[in-house]
Amino acid sequence: MNTEASAQQLSYIENQASDARVNIELETEGMTLNLGPQHPATHGTLRIIVRLDGEQVVSAEPVMGYMHRGYEKLTEVRTYPQVTTLVNRIDWLGSFANEVPFILAAERLMEVEAPARAQWIRTALFELSRIANVVLFLGDMAVQLGATTPVFYAFRDREFVLNQIESVTGGRFHPNFDRIGGVKDDLPKGWIQETKDVLVRINSFCEEMEDLVVGNEIFQTRTRGIGIIPADTGLAYGLSGANIRSSGVDWDLRRDGGVGLIHDQLDWKVWTHPDGDSFARYWVRLQEVRESCKMVGQILDGIPSGPIMAKVPRIIKVPPGEAYVETENPLGIMGYYIISKGDLVPYRVKIRSASFNNVSITPWVLKGVYVPDVISILASLYFILGDIDR
Amino acid sequence: MTVFNLAIELAYWQQTVIRSILGLVAVLLPAGTLVYLYLFKMMSFMQSRLGPMEAGPYGSLQLLAEVGKFLQKEDLFPRAADRVVFKAAPFVVLASTFLLVLVLPAGPDAWFINIDTGVFLALAVSSISVIGILMAGWGSASKYSLIGGLRAAGQLVAYELPLVLAVMGVVIQAGTLNVQEIVLAQANGEIFGWGGIGNPFLITQFLGFVIFLIAIQAELTQPPFDMPVAESEIVTGYLTEYTGMRFLLFFIGEFATAGIFSALAATFFLGGWYLPGLDPTSNLFNLIGPLVLVGKMLLVSFLIFWFRFTYPRFREDQLQQLAWKVLVPLSLVNIVATGVLKVAF
Amino acid sequence: MGISIKVPGLIKGLGVTFKTLVRTLTKGSHTVQYPRVKEAPTLRARGVIALHEENCTACMLCARECPDWCIYIEGHKYKAPPRRPGGKPRQKNALDRFDIDFALCMYCGICVEVCPFEALFWSPEFEFSEPKLADLLHDKDQLSKWMETVPEFEEYEDGSEAKQLKVPR
Repeated sequence: MNTEASAQQLSYIENQASDARVNIELETEGMTLNLGPQHPATHGTLRIIVRLDGEQVVSAEPVMGYMHRGYEKLTEVRTYPQVTTLVNRIDWLGSFANEVPFILAAERLMEVEAPARAQWIRTALFELSRIANVVLFLGDMAVQLGATTPVFYAFRDREFVLNQIESVTGGRFHPNFDRIGGVKDDLPKGWIQETKDVLVRINSFCEEMEDLVVGNEIFQTRTRGIGIIPADTGLAYGLSGANIRSSGVDWDLRRDGGVGLIHDQLDWKVWTHPDGDSFARYWVRLQEVRESCKMVGQILDGIPSGPIMAKVPRIIKVPPGEAYVETENPLGIMGYYIISKGDLVPYRVKIRSASFNNVSITPWVLKGVYVPDVISILASLYFILGDIDR
Repeated sequence: MTVFNLAIELAYWQQTVIRSILGLVAVLLPAGTLVYLYLFKMMSFMQSRLGPMEAGPYGSLQLLAEVGKFLQKEDLFPRAADRVVFKAAPFVVLASTFLLVLVLPAGPDAWFINIDTGVFLALAVSSISVIGILMAGWGSASKYSLIGGLRAAGQLVAYELPLVLAVMGVVIQAGTLNVQEIVLAQANGEIFGWGGIGNPFLITQFLGFVIFLIAIQAELTQPPFDMPVAESEIVTGYLTEYTGMRFLLFFIGEFATAGIFSALAATFFLGGWYLPGLDPTSNLFNLIGPLVLVGKMLLVSFLIFWFRFTYPRFREDQLQQLAWKVLVPLSLVNIVATGVLKVAF
Repeated sequence: MGISIKVPGLIKGLGVTFKTLVRTLTKGSHTVQYPRVKEAPTLRARGVIALHEENCTACMLCARECPDWCIYIEGHKYKAPPRRPGGKPRQKNALDRFDIDFALCMYCGICVEVCPFEALFWSPEFEFSEPKLADLLHDKDQLSKWMETVPEFEEYEDGSEAKQLKVPR
């Protein structure tokens, strides 16, 4: 953490402390406010119990579990293709990305490797789902802060990405396309050129967001210096993804992990930001969308020809063993730990979801901030309830 | 109302009836036009969509449909709410709107009242709505409403000052508090000796105009100053517990006040009902004056709503800093400069 | 080019919304006024499942693999006449009942994928909502009628080695 972030943080804490001194002198009583579970700001049914002193937060406690659907129990009685279908619905905005670590873990247990073309298509859809997910974040954080128009632009331009995903997989939101040993089907004719046009559109959307949101002085006053998370605190709480990269930690599983996606054959860079405030988290995600567009462009230019499915039996029985694979999903790091006893169904699947750890930092980061800043910080941490509660 | 150059002499009660109807029209017409043109259509077009299209041609009757919908709703209020305060709050806000429309002249002879302290009356009654909002916030017996009401109290009181001080520049330049005289001063004035378009105070009082616009935006609790009604935090703040017809009264009041404040801005800075090139005392202006005023009101409210749909919102303390540390000193500078230049020229 | 003035971000933001306003006024919006104007979904869209009855042998694989157990199959065995005179009568499956409950269906496609005899196909038809929930249980005849809306399989991109399949009509 460099000196500028710490100086910002110190001055912010000093301001809060001086306000707190005034509050103690005035002897006001605290008020307990329930943010949620039904609230426009929390992305779903998250409940945060906030003790307020005037407009300042004294303590905050998240209460999760309103959307628990019992995924890990469900997987104990579902076959592997059925689990792939279910798992789409954990992080429903970037849904293809949920299937990938599960399939990779099962492939590791079966000791089968997908052919090259399948891996390239898999990575292309992985990055497209990242674009779809983070584009919505860019609009959504603006609407949490009060600007009503960027979220419509986000939905409008996200439609094109979803149309491309639908042309290949048949489903806009729940592709269900990854299979053990490869992918389900091949690309239809004309898809590569259409997707390149969509990428141009997404790039122009990023330019619009820069003009409309990032460059906006009001947005900057609302987000700069708010919710500073130092790198070691973030790592201690298990933050991952863009949240930790915007605190200056240069860690990206696409580059540092060793899984069956082909990111090491592409030319791309990892974006970090030293500040660790809400503005940094927005800015890093904006750059990541641009980087993903570049990656998808490179993938589309270089897809090798070949089969899309390895030799796998029709009815899949995974040999006994354990495997854990984690990947860099749009929300953070998602991992699946599969224990198999040689049946049609897994014995136990543990899902490490990114948002659960991302939201665990809220008691620490929300202490002493004002109520509007609570919304700004929660919006910038970007969690999806399906991912927290599974 | 003076005798309107009509052939017939109207009795006092007839004049009162006509005045009441006109007053109602003067309040509801801006509300309806602004809601349709700007909230439904302009916001939608800025967001790449078409807005309401089903109710009436191009969705023009959508507001009627909404009124019908709100009339059908159950009249709820929270058990712990203070009944009298809760029920009276929308009417207090509406009262200030109706009082505000009185001072607007729509022609050389078409006005409701023509008193020598018109500006003072306008600025004074515009602060009655603060009480209404506080009543709504406290009387709802809900923590969200309370937070919203307290934020509104701080914000609206803070932005009264720039509002008043910005208008002071206009008053100094016109030399009178009478609104009709201000319009005539703009109509008859000259810019460096050229009387072609009169002297709209926009040119000399540009800083005042900008401050007035910002202050209006804050008085109406529109983004970027809509902390009291911040939807993503406190679920419409002081309005949270209001449903049905009472909510509609607040809604209509908000847009009517937006329209009337824009009309005030148009009167103070853009010349009101005056169109350059015509004689300001002619009877023609009694007919087209209202239309001209509505046109200018639409222009000014276009700006207000354009800002509303583009910008995120300020935090409460940043809001207050903007008011006290930036706008008030600027408007004081404006007053000093106007006074000096008025004496010099 | 000359001097470039740094336009404050507030003004640039106004420019973006104004540009979109002008674009919507001149070129129309991005939205489609459904149901007056309808956009066709992509050819592979998972709208509804169609059944080609001749290929189905009531092997029950689709009913078994369905995650929601929304396919109801009943069949019976019968003896078909021998192929050559003097041979044994052959045992064949006949399909009595093949219902898919689209109120339960997740539209995941496992049944279509798993069928070994190519009897199930995807159709992009999605406008089959009913006022009564029970009407969403489509029986054999209705599923065969959906076959008319099944599009032909698309060609693949260059470089693909996948086999081009044909829809049996």
